Amino acid sequence: MNLTNSEASIFTRPQALQETVTHYCPGCTHGVIHRLVAEVLDELGVRERTVGIAPVGCSVLAYNYLNCDFLEAAHGRAPAFATGFKRLRPDMIVFTYQGDGDLASIGTNEIIHAANRGEKFTTVFVNNAVYGMTGGQMAPTTMPGQVTTTCPMGRDVANVGYPLRVAEMLAALVTPSYIERVAVHTPQHIIQAKRAMRKAFTYQKENRCFSLVEVLSTCPTNWGQTPGEAIQWLNDTMIPYYPLRCFKEPDKPEGA
Amino acid sequence: MARVLMKGNEAIAEAALRAGAEGYFCYPITPQSEVAEYLSKRMPELGKVFLQGESEVAVSNMLFGAASTGKRVFTTSSSPGISLMQEAISYMAGAQLPVVIVNIMRGGPGLGGILPAQSDYFQATKGGGHGDYRTLVLAPSTVQEAVDLMMLAFHLADKYTNPVMMIGDGMIGQMMEAVEFPEDYKEPPLPPKDWAATGAKDRKPRIIKSLFLDPLELENNCWILDKKYERMKREEVRFELYKVNAKNKILIAAYGTTARICETAIDELESEGVSVGLFRPVTLFPFPEKQMNKEARKKNIQAVLTVEMSTAQMMEDVERAVLGAKPVKFFGRTGGVVPSPDEVKQQVRRLIKQKPDSAGRTKRN
Repeated sequence: MNLTNSEASIFTRPQALQETVTHYCPGCTHGVIHRLVAEVLDELGVRERTVGIAPVGCSVLAYNYLNCDFLEAAHGRAPAFATGFKRLRPDMIVFTYQGDGDLASIGTNEIIHAANRGEKFTTVFVNNAVYGMTGGQMAPTTMPGQVTTTCPMGRDVANVGYPLRVAEMLAALVTPSYIERVAVHTPQHIIQAKRAMRKAFTYQKENRCFSLVEVLSTCPTNWGQTPGEAIQWLNDTMIPYYPLRCFKEPDKPEGA
Repeated sequence: MARVLMKGNEAIAEAALRAGAEGYFCYPITPQSEVAEYLSKRMPELGKVFLQGESEVAVSNMLFGAASTGKRVFTTSSSPGISLMQEAISYMAGAQLPVVIVNIMRGGPGLGGILPAQSDYFQATKGGGHGDYRTLVLAPSTVQEAVDLMMLAFHLADKYTNPVMMIGDGMIGQMMEAVEFPEDYKEPPLPPKDWAATGAKDRKPRIIKSLFLDPLELENNCWILDKKYERMKREEVRFELYKVNAKNKILIAAYGTTARICETAIDELESEGVSVGLFRPVTLFPFPEKQMNKEARKKNIQAVLTVEMSTAQMMEDVERAVLGAKPVKFFGRTGGVVPSPDEVKQQVRRLIKQKPDSAGRTKRN
């Protein structure tokens, strides 16, 4: 669009985001989270020295959207992968983008040890309480009673335990880090999420600590809901169990 | 540089540094932990990256990430640890990354034992992980050769942008021998690393991946890999002959420490008037098929005897190479038992007494 001299563009596509058609389902919040990452890379001026690490899951194709070097890790191994990369190139900005099946199930070992070593990279952890790409199976983060294709009667906590609270678990480590949980289901929450994301990448840019932002996300397709219902369900069911707050900051080891 | 007395594992570690390795990732496992212990001191001194990971699964994926920078990186482990690394090895082969992996083999399967074995031959040469890929496999028989092949391994990994494995039995790692490091190490020119993730500054983003959802694209990637493996078969076959001559009655096929034991047996048999030659593959993939076939076909050879510290694994490649031209027999000890020269001699004598076309394997005693 051409603007006249008196007009100014106040909303454009971030440079760190590619111009392409999305493959994500209607009502999925991956797109919003991708954009927040892209905005932060632009604002911090680090896009040209950033490498992203894609997980296995719906966001395996993140490299089709973000406009920086991108590497595709094995399932759950992105934190180990990022460790190897960042150790060899501490001058670069490294982030992993992982879902809950990837990070909280098959990759729990890798994320715990990367956080515990204080690896100087950032993890964007997208928690939508279900395995998305494989078609809606139970995840470690699936809510009690939530119906999925592998718990058709709802998650039975007596049989498979309670949902894993990743942010709380990682915040319990002694090693300094930045850990915050946010959501992106309303504009206010998106603003908060952006602030957390910016903080996470800034801590990395300053070579301070490991940083992780857990983002509560929707999956209308696998939840069997409309996008509107999914937003409501996230708000009413997930947030009470997964409280939104900063759990740990390097200067405040006990949490904010 | 003067000759120095070094333990195999330490010599391998030093050789990697001389070849320009910038990063090393490890997880402790017997019988190769001395590599990590040596490098935990040396690498920080040199400003290079040393990191002990939480598991071999993590270590191999750290290697995957580190290799994406375009710098020379490696890991070392032993059999059960190498099994855990197969995931990342498959990914790195698919994504075409150069890395070096050393397996100081111990007896298996399972937790097995901690003594020398060659029982990961199939795992190393036939894939190990999933998918259409190969690793280039080098097998030293002395500590000096471990040094030379370790340095070559980094070059070959870069040349083919493919994982290269060096497999030595536990003996190679644990034994001390005099070694010499090259004074002025130079390599032939290599292709530019125009695939490395260095940041998308003034260029389009680079993607390193093994995911190709479109079957035609995946098939294409598999054929690209296959082309490299075919090139390896043409250009990288390495082997050594020992006392191979027109008087030989038997041709022994053996690699690594086993080949040295066979050399002793051959020397002793020679003094007893029995002529035997040794064909020692140095590259296990690509396997020296044509060369072995040529030697086996010679009129004076009655049979080929494969000697291994495993249960007839390399024998399958030997049979494939000999193509039925001569009977292929097997003798092996495994599970951490090292065959003695006397045992090898006994097998050779028994074989010479047999009719040349008699079939079947000669198991241990």
